Amino acid sequence: MILDIQGLKKCFGGLAATANVNFNVQQGEIVGLIGPNGAGKTTLFNLISGSIAPDSGAIIFKGRDIAGQKPFRICRAGIARTFQSVKIFSGMSVFNHILIGYLFGDHKDGISGRGREQAAGILEFVGLSEMSERRAGDLTLASQKRLEVARALATRPELLLLDEVMAGLNPTEISEVMELVRKIKEKGITIIMIEHVMKAIMEICNRVVVLHHGEKLAEGKPEEITQNKSVIEVYLGDLTCLPSEK
Amino acid sequence: MKYKIKKYSLYAALIVGILLLVSLPSYTSSYRVIFFTNILMYVILTLSWVIFSGPTGYISLATAAFFGVGVYTSALFSVTLCLPLVIFIGGIASFCLAFIVGSLTLRLRGMYFTMFTFALVQLISNFANWYEVNITGTVGRHVISLDSIIIYYAILVVFCLVLLVSYYIRHSKYGLALQSIGESEEAAAHSGINVTLVKVITFATSAFFMGAVGAVMAMRWTYVDPPIAFDIRLSFMPLLMAIFGGMGNVLSPVMGATIFAYLEEILTTKFPYYYMLLFGGAMLLVIVFMPRGIEGVFRKLQKNNRRESVEKI
Ligand SMILES: Nc1ncnc2c1ncn2[C@@H]1O[C@H](COP(=O)(O)OP(=O)(O)OP(=O)(O)O)[C@@H](O)[C@H]1O
Ligand SMILES: [Mg+2]
Repeated sequence: MILDIQGLKKCFGGLAATANVNFNVQQGEIVGLIGPNGAGKTTLFNLISGSIAPDSGAIIFKGRDIAGQKPFRICRAGIARTFQSVKIFSGMSVFNHILIGYLFGDHKDGISGRGREQAAGILEFVGLSEMSERRAGDLTLASQKRLEVARALATRPELLLLDEVMAGLNPTEISEVMELVRKIKEKGITIIMIEHVMKAIMEICNRVVVLHHGEKLAEGKPEEITQNKSVIEVYLGDLTCLPSEK
Repeated sequence: MKYKIKKYSLYAALIVGILLLVSLPSYTSSYRVIFFTNILMYVILTLSWVIFSGPTGYISLATAAFFGVGVYTSALFSVTLCLPLVIFIGGIASFCLAFIVGSLTLRLRGMYFTMFTFALVQLISNFANWYEVNITGTVGRHVISLDSIIIYYAILVVFCLVLLVSYYIRHSKYGLALQSIGESEEAAAHSGINVTLVKVITFATSAFFMGAVGAVMAMRWTYVDPPIAFDIRLSFMPLLMAIFGGMGNVLSPVMGATIFAYLEEILTTKFPYYYMLLFGGAMLLVIVFMPRGIEGVFRKLQKNNRRESVEKI
């Protein structure tokens, strides 16, 4: 078990964005995190990655409670993330994004070390080699999302948190990203992905956790989740009329 | 290949420039030496300001505070200690102040940080004034004055140091970190950068050089009081000079500060009454027509050249 979330709680004012959430993630799995808008999915990622501190509860990563630690420590401990609304370094080159992830993700090398080769390798892996010297702000949304994944991978994570990497992409781009996620899994990296694209969730996740109003509504294999009455009621029912379902 | 030639010619120019500066006192009048001391003071302040504010975009107006702390350190220790030690202590005192101030305020973003640093200058200046009047019972202090050539060389050493440090930071992984902090602090933190530490240490490092140059300048002025030491103009000048020169590489702010300080010196002597007016007008023109400073103009020229040569082919 690589991650164990126990009784996690976070309130904003009177609103419980995360209310007593429990679940765990096994080494090498891809876990899908779904739920309606405002269910508290991103908040959960913010808690795990250290953007915000929980009011109570524990986040056990590889046997150690990391709840409330600073983001850079959690990153160096081996958890990397992407952002729902892309947060890239617009004015910097694609290559420098990767270099930063590599150099600071576990901070031993200087700038003239092996970083450059490694960074080139990662760009190759995600398919951004040709854009290496481009300004990140000039890339398309699909490439920017890919760049975020690459920067996260450069920190050499054991657990990767992907927050809607497929949102806003066209069907071709979505299947390319699905391919990429599979390749990342093959490298032995554990993944939790938030996604509204049910096709992707169904095809690549080993397990799915459903959140609703900050609470865990259901958990299980993708096939089981789609049959679950309460999940259909609060989430999947609406989703059939969304364009992303086609 | 072309890149390498460009790089070497840049190094050569730099070495020639520094040699010229080193030998300056042997071929000019002492008036010129003092003139260059003033210019170098501005260049150092601008370079140190750019170290932190350039990449991160945190606009600091605390320059005068750090400079003034250096000035007062010099006033306190110039009698008992030797010159290099006084300069060093001036730098360290400012470093410590910036470290504390930075730890408290670098979580403020944008205008709030700028306003706080501006207030800091007033706060420290008033405190120094209160202390002098109520505790020591004086208004100003006399500083041991040194030969203007020695002061010039002291400034030159500080200049070379700040140039080296700027270059090092810019080309190390910390330069990348600072730049990424300027773009998105949150993403930087989640890429493993200890954002707070990098910001505070860099802010303090830039303050070190401001304090060091203050410690030297005090010895040129021989008499200091709080309004002289904490002159708020010294907070605005480096910012304007950096905008004027550009911040894309280490030499742009040097160029900006040199030209700017030179113009200021000329204008104040030739047009003592209109100088502020001329200055303000010139600054407006620069911001409107050269938003990326001298550097931006050079870039544009280069691009045009390249385009022309492509068209010829
Ligand atoms: N920093 C914050 N301050 C106050 N309220 C917040 C904050 N972050 C999130 N919330 C609230 O918490 C709730 C959960 O938000 P969250 O972003 O986690 O939802 P989500 O499941 O990611 O939704 P979506 O699918 O739209 O991304 C929302 O009601 C949101 O308004
Ligand atoms: Mg979200």
